[in-house]
Amino acid sequence: MKRRIWLYFFSLIPAIGSLTVINKIEPYVLGLPFVLFWLLLWVILTSFFLYIVNILDPANHEGEEDI
Amino acid sequence: MNISLFITFAILIFACYLGVSARKGKEMNMEQWAVGGRSFGSLTIFFILAGEMFTTFTFLGASGMAYGVGMPAVYAFNCFYFIVAYWMLPPIWKYAKKHNVMSQADFYEKKYKSVGLGVVVAIIGVIASVSYLVMQFVGLGIIVSASSYGSISSGLAVVLSGLLVTVYVTISGMHGSAWTAIFKDILILGVIIFMGVYFPFHYYGGFKPMFQAIESAHPEMLLFPAEGLSITWFVTTSIMIALAFYLFPHMQTGVFSSKSAKALRWNAASMPIYQLIIVFSVFIGFAAVLQVPGLNDADMSIFKLAQGAFPPWFVGLVGGAGALAALVPSSIVLLSSATLLSKNIFKVWRPKTTDQQLGRLSRLLVPILVVIAIFFALNESKLIGLIYIMVYSIIVQLFPALFFSLLKKNPITKIGAFAGMIVGVILVIYSTVTDTTLATLYPNLPSMIKDFDTGLLIMMINFVVTYVVGVNTEKNFNKVTDGSLEKYQQVKG
Repeated sequence: MKRRIWLYFFSLIPAIGSLTVINKIEPYVLGLPFVLFWLLLWVILTSFFLYIVNILDPANHEGEEDI
Repeated sequence: MNISLFITFAILIFACYLGVSARKGKEMNMEQWAVGGRSFGSLTIFFILAGEMFTTFTFLGASGMAYGVGMPAVYAFNCFYFIVAYWMLPPIWKYAKKHNVMSQADFYEKKYKSVGLGVVVAIIGVIASVSYLVMQFVGLGIIVSASSYGSISSGLAVVLSGLLVTVYVTISGMHGSAWTAIFKDILILGVIIFMGVYFPFHYYGGFKPMFQAIESAHPEMLLFPAEGLSITWFVTTSIMIALAFYLFPHMQTGVFSSKSAKALRWNAASMPIYQLIIVFSVFIGFAAVLQVPGLNDADMSIFKLAQGAFPPWFVGLVGGAGALAALVPSSIVLLSSATLLSKNIFKVWRPKTTDQQLGRLSRLLVPILVVIAIFFALNESKLIGLIYIMVYSIIVQLFPALFFSLLKKNPITKIGAFAGMIVGVILVIYSTVTDTTLATLYPNLPSMIKDFDTGLLIMMINFVVTYVVGVNTEKNFNKVTDGSLEKYQQVKG
């Protein structure tokens, strides 16, 4: 159970990241204005973070989970 | 009939064929029809819930907003959704499975042991669903009419599409939605990614040249403005929408039809990557800024570009993809609101209705709901615009009661849940009708506070009301009414 609390806070990192807007056009990254690149980056990182959480989540390893 | 319209309709009819053939070999009882017999594995549930990401909003709205105001359109993708989904959906699913919950209102009714609360939730859900449906139909009208190059009026297009949705929802239920959702997503992804890459390169020679061209012509479009659609607006609206997104009755239905909680977690983790595709729709909108300037209707930008650059058959394909983007969510919304009306409102009124009768009633309600939605879609007035703004703000008012009910020990009573919802919904209606926001109440506040999302603010008030009332009304009130509930449930079976 304790592990789930840590995982919960871990999963909030991308939320904080994606809601932190860096409102700048320069520098362009991959041809995109920086603000757009930054927000897209966090979309990708959200998946990354949640996959890790999903793998470590004890709830996925409990027998009675999937009835 | 021109070739593009022909292709659009061929795609729609193929989707219906998929939906209707999906019912084969399944006895269509209420559980099969409403939640697909709770049999959908990771992949299917992925397409059902992900399918909700790609509605007419993605198609017309995201590109239209990028075309109209620029960067704030990125609120269309927001990874906060999935963190909410990861932690909130599995416990909902588990409870639903254990207690045989088939609709969102069932969930609240059983959690709070209150039939009345179930009815209130059902009413809020149906109001939100019908408004949602109206907007999808309006979008559908624009799409079909555009792909016919104007030879079909958008009114006629709305009526025709309403007919198609009715047929396939009535016959196939949730199973139909699953198959069509997969077909729809493949088509939409193909069309949007292709156009989102093609236009910037074709017209500007790449992404960077495109954004630089926009920067020199309209530099303000590439940033969040200091006021109005500011960063505060972005953050608070993103949070509000992420919380509201999974609270729509049809999303809850999608959750219930999952086979396992694992499928839902996997789904939450994979969705952000999938949602990334919406950015291509934003690219299309940006590409249109300098290519087809001065459109009255920003939502038409995607079609104006396509008609200028591609042969009619391709425009037909775009039209087909767009039409499916409206059709699939509409069918799921119809299913869930028909279930709410029959199971959580009609049955409370007439407790002796058998399940078989309920099933028949739900199916009968589908065409009625379609007619109502078509009526509003054809008479699209300012009122509908107001309702649409209200939809997300209203539905998010269901959050506090849900949140407390998911805690190990629910600290609040049903009176609290009830009070919070009512206060929340009334405040939303009041603020929308009178156009009251923090900005109009306190125009001198800094924009950092002023642009706070009204729906989210009201939800926070609702949260406090729910808690304060919920903790202070004693459980003995529950005792008084518990007896009547048991009696009711005995009759209900």
